[in-house]
Amino acid sequence: MATGDGRSSGLRVAATVILALIFSLVPLPEIAEPWRPNLLLLFVIYWSLSAPTIAGLMFAWLCGMATDLLTGTLLGQHAAGFLLVAFFTHKQQLRMRIFPIYHQTLTVFMLLAIYEFLIFWIDGIIGQEVTSWQRWAPVVSGAIFWPLIVAVLDTWNRRRR
Amino acid sequence: MVTLSSDSRPIIGRGPPLGARLFFLSVLSIVVMVADHRNLYMDSARQWMGLLTQPFYAVVQAPAQAWNWLTGSFADRDTLQRDNKKLNEELRVARVKLLRFDSLVEENTRLRAIREASQGIGQRTLIAEIVKVDVDPLRHRVRINKGSLDGVFKDQPVLDAFGIVGQVTRVDRYGAEVILISDAAHAIPVQINRNGIRSIAVGVGDVRKLSLPYLTVESDNKVGDLLVSSGLDGIFPAGYPVATITSVKRDPAETFAVVEAKPLAQLDRIREVLLLWHDQPAAIQPAAATEPPAAAQPPAAKPAVEKPTTPSPAE
Repeated sequence: MATGDGRSSGLRVAATVILALIFSLVPLPEIAEPWRPNLLLLFVIYWSLSAPTIAGLMFAWLCGMATDLLTGTLLGQHAAGFLLVAFFTHKQQLRMRIFPIYHQTLTVFMLLAIYEFLIFWIDGIIGQEVTSWQRWAPVVSGAIFWPLIVAVLDTWNRRRR
Repeated sequence: MVTLSSDSRPIIGRGPPLGARLFFLSVLSIVVMVADHRNLYMDSARQWMGLLTQPFYAVVQAPAQAWNWLTGSFADRDTLQRDNKKLNEELRVARVKLLRFDSLVEENTRLRAIREASQGIGQRTLIAEIVKVDVDPLRHRVRINKGSLDGVFKDQPVLDAFGIVGQVTRVDRYGAEVILISDAAHAIPVQINRNGIRSIAVGVGDVRKLSLPYLTVESDNKVGDLLVSSGLDGIFPAGYPVATITSVKRDPAETFAVVEAKPLAQLDRIREVLLLWHDQPAAIQPAAATEPPAAAQPPAAKPAVEKPTTPSPAE
């Protein structure tokens, strides 16, 4: 694989992050609301796998902080979740990159579950626990979206390289 | 999977190792979380960081605003006439009610003068628009477009035309976050209007339902009773409608009845809310009015303050 042009792929990363942040705020119909996938987290995983020099832990942490600010949750809560997920992804990066897609999706499912659990746990500590099943819906929808995101971004990256 | 850089293995001279970075950022996250949870130095920081988020809200809001503008400017004559007629009727009904209200106010001031109690009314209001943004589906919080620049403050009561909506939990310069009375972390001290029995209405996370867990089996309440705010929390002014009781289940074996109420404010449909400035925090207890709100609360009314961020008396 050829090395990507650092600046243009940096722009691509920024564009996807802004898109995901806007998507996290767009109003959805009431039925779809709990199923809204955490697009930003999926992008962070994707970029940690495909452009680890650009998307490091600091990048993931800042994305988490942006989520905290936009959704008005406890500052640092989502940042910690993003950080943990990015850490695991970077640890397993070389292995995860060559996984077949179903295997990769399963791994992403696990990562999302870990993320939601950490958020759930912190919520519990500060006494705002949400115990409905809807809390776990983004894990499922996120895993369903993962192959789609890989397909779209891979195509984009190949064309723009 | 396309990789943008093939040389991703850690090589010497690539900055601190992964574990060290994880440790550093985790510590940073925890420090920020603790500081935010305890309200240490974070208010002004949040205000300024709130500025960064403003463009995102603006972008998300833009289509809805454009649609409103379009429908507003191309509304046909029939619709306008119908609206006009309806509004006129509503205005007439409201005027008639107001006539009665005026005489009641007069009577109230007279009675208060007799009791030498302080006057509880004298309030300023401001209309704020709900920013069409879903902040968090699992918590009932909305964002409004008035912030500290308009004088909005934390714990400010928020109403609509039908009843109490909630209270302000966080303020930045151009916006504020409001917790609805139906949020599972919110409770409001209320009074049954018919007989003055005090209780607390707790949100359950459903916009059409409030629960009153502290009414005993023997207490006098029935379906259709109006619940008004009692003002004991020092946050909400006394006497504003909150909800009507929709169901009462009495099991003689239990101590407490299972009472549910329906909020009067249209929590899921409102677009505009009313922010309220009131001079006297506790209208029912004139003696407590001079104390800060948190200190004025009796222990029973404690849950009225949103649990995670109980305001300290210093605020």
